[in-house]
Amino acid sequence: MKMKLLLSAAAALAITAGSASAKDLTVVSWGGAYTKSQVEAYHKPWQAKTGKTITSEDYNGGIAEIKAQVEAGNVTWDVVDVELSDAVRACDEGLIEPIDPSILPAGADGSAAADDFLPGTLHDCAVANIVWSTIFAYDSSKIANGPKTIADFFDTAKFPGKRGLRKNPKANLEMALMADGVPAADVYKVLGTAEGVDRAFAKLDSIKGDVVWWEAGAQPPQLLADGEVAMTTAYNGRIFNAVAGEGKPFEIVWDGQVWDLDLWVIPKGSKNKEAALDFVKFSTATEQLAAQASWISYGPARKSSGALVGKFHNKDIDMGPQMPTNAANLKNATQNNFEFWADNQDELNERFNAWLAG
Amino acid sequence: MADNALSSQRLHDVPDQLTTDDGIPLKRKLAISMRRARWRAFLMTAPLVVFMLISFVLPIGQMLTRSVHNDSFSKALPNFSQALRDWDQKASSDGLPDEALFKLLAEDMAVAREERTIGRAATRINYDHSGTRSLFMGAARKAKKFEEPYKETFLELKPKWADVEMWAAMKRVASDTTTGFYLAAVDRTYDAENNVVAQDEVRQIYVKLFWRTLYLSGIITVLCFFLAYPVAYLLSVLPLAKSNLLMILVLLPFWTSLLVRTTAWIALLQTQGIVNDVMVWLGIIGEDGRVQMIYNQMGTIIAMTHILLPFMVLPLYSVMKTIPPSYMRAARSLGADQFTAFVKVYFPQTIPGIAAGTLLVFILAIGYYITPALVGGQDGQLISNIIAFHMQKSLNWSLAAALGSILLAGVLILYWLYNKLIGIDNLKFG
Repeated sequence: MKMKLLLSAAAALAITAGSASAKDLTVVSWGGAYTKSQVEAYHKPWQAKTGKTITSEDYNGGIAEIKAQVEAGNVTWDVVDVELSDAVRACDEGLIEPIDPSILPAGADGSAAADDFLPGTLHDCAVANIVWSTIFAYDSSKIANGPKTIADFFDTAKFPGKRGLRKNPKANLEMALMADGVPAADVYKVLGTAEGVDRAFAKLDSIKGDVVWWEAGAQPPQLLADGEVAMTTAYNGRIFNAVAGEGKPFEIVWDGQVWDLDLWVIPKGSKNKEAALDFVKFSTATEQLAAQASWISYGPARKSSGALVGKFHNKDIDMGPQMPTNAANLKNATQNNFEFWADNQDELNERFNAWLAG
Repeated sequence: MADNALSSQRLHDVPDQLTTDDGIPLKRKLAISMRRARWRAFLMTAPLVVFMLISFVLPIGQMLTRSVHNDSFSKALPNFSQALRDWDQKASSDGLPDEALFKLLAEDMAVAREERTIGRAATRINYDHSGTRSLFMGAARKAKKFEEPYKETFLELKPKWADVEMWAAMKRVASDTTTGFYLAAVDRTYDAENNVVAQDEVRQIYVKLFWRTLYLSGIITVLCFFLAYPVAYLLSVLPLAKSNLLMILVLLPFWTSLLVRTTAWIALLQTQGIVNDVMVWLGIIGEDGRVQMIYNQMGTIIAMTHILLPFMVLPLYSVMKTIPPSYMRAARSLGADQFTAFVKVYFPQTIPGIAAGTLLVFILAIGYYITPALVGGQDGQLISNIIAFHMQKSLNWSLAAALGSILLAGVLILYWLYNKLIGIDNLKFG
């Protein structure tokens, strides 16, 4: 399994541009348990309904491939699952097709799509499917009296051992500030000042020597399972699936979570635009979003799906409390501020890279 | 007599008009057939020439162009950019443009938003002046409804529109040709007065990475040399059956996928990996004392040395193979001891092989990407990794092109130095 993971990570690094043949639709997402949940909840029923086939490809986020395909005039991806800040940027730069929200079906309870989707989940060129979160997790079989707060994650004296962090300033800086005592509501206000950025980097610096960096979403559960790290940040669904699917003794700490949206976008010039639009409409309907939530613990972007969310597909686990948007999990949480990152990512990435290399 | 006259006339003709059977002068015939041969030769190499053009000359040309040319700002906001280029910031009392320019900005913004190109302009200005993206996008969203006085409307919307430094940056990005990306690639930037100054200390990274790339590549080359020299020597002197076996041991890893070799090192060297397990089992280190051998510089050096080793072994071997063993015997019989014979007789003859091997390994190493990305952790990354970052993540392709061009120039300078010092004619790959 370890080897398989390493190989797939390596392969993902080596071959970023995929090649699609004459398939009906190419849907690109983040791989692993997440893509599986989409295949089960969206792809299979859509293929059964339309008789068309979907080619599923994996990537590690970002809009580089979309930009490269659009600028080269050779678009092979039809539907891509992207983060909010990337969706907004790609839309502003004309890299993705506008999607008229009025084509989306009404909710199962009859409410219009515009009211049914959670606030901020519909955009000019993108339709949200899930709410996901960056949390941190640990192996409860190795740490008996486990960490409770985000401050514990940065406390290597109290909880010795390596830490896994995503190799990206996003979410790390927010968590560092919350661990340093900044209230969740003020995180971006503090991060907007030079002192705030210094403060966040100083906090990260305090554990720098103990950090193992990860890039693909499938890595953190593996790092925990291998004992390479004592705790790691991760996408909450990946940890949940390692627990529910593989019986791993991992524990999620919701304190200090940074939540965000994933959205469907259609690269400009997609050769299967009609089918792509149909897939987006189909997959973001009430039932499909609710069905996905029975495969992975990401919150549906529609209010009407919430009522339908039940148990994990093959186990007696209530999915409600596993969602990032569950009230108990939101006590000390920040929503990723896409505008802040759109503005500051060039500078902060540079600083983060310089800090890493130093 | 008449016969004679004819033949003498013919004899006269011969020197200046040699013709072939069909009456065409020989000279022209020869030229035609030579030309035909040249064309045939050219046609045979044509695929290669076309291939080189498409895969080598064009992309490098494009890279060089991209590193100094970026028109995403002026393309999105054409009229405004043109006016801004002629604007003299020093002449204005408050360092801000006048009403007319703000009007052009509002008009261009409204069009660019319609055409969805405004994001490119905003991204471009954000490279030079961080934190301006949302300012641009925010104004563009409302630009259609802006009215006179435009300047006040902008300033009322966000006071940041009165930022003199931002306007200096905007004037810079309005021109399509810029040295800004090269400056950024060597950790320099412009201040408000357009003077070149050092980048903020916490953001300086590229110069450090260039030096690190050279330094690590140097170490790897030296390590490869010391490991490869004895192996190549053995290969060249062992009897054929044994040397063939040894050769297979050298070539097998060479034929194995780069990714497989790199991931094999991960399995071996990670803290829960085989090497650490063995050391714990032997009691050399405790369970808590497992050594971090990968995801740092050490990992990069070990894995890259292993992967590049055949590129050193093979040129060395091919040169050593040609050195007759009788030379060493002659030196010994003339009174030199083993060491002197090696230093004075054997070693100098292997220099062309050493030259080829070190050049090959060093140049391959400074452009290496995938291995440091996988095993380099945070301090084992090379300049190519940051180029990949700007290609794939930040999408600042101009900066990536500038970094790549500097790397290319570095390689060419090294090659030139090498030619001066050792002479490229001395190079022997086999």
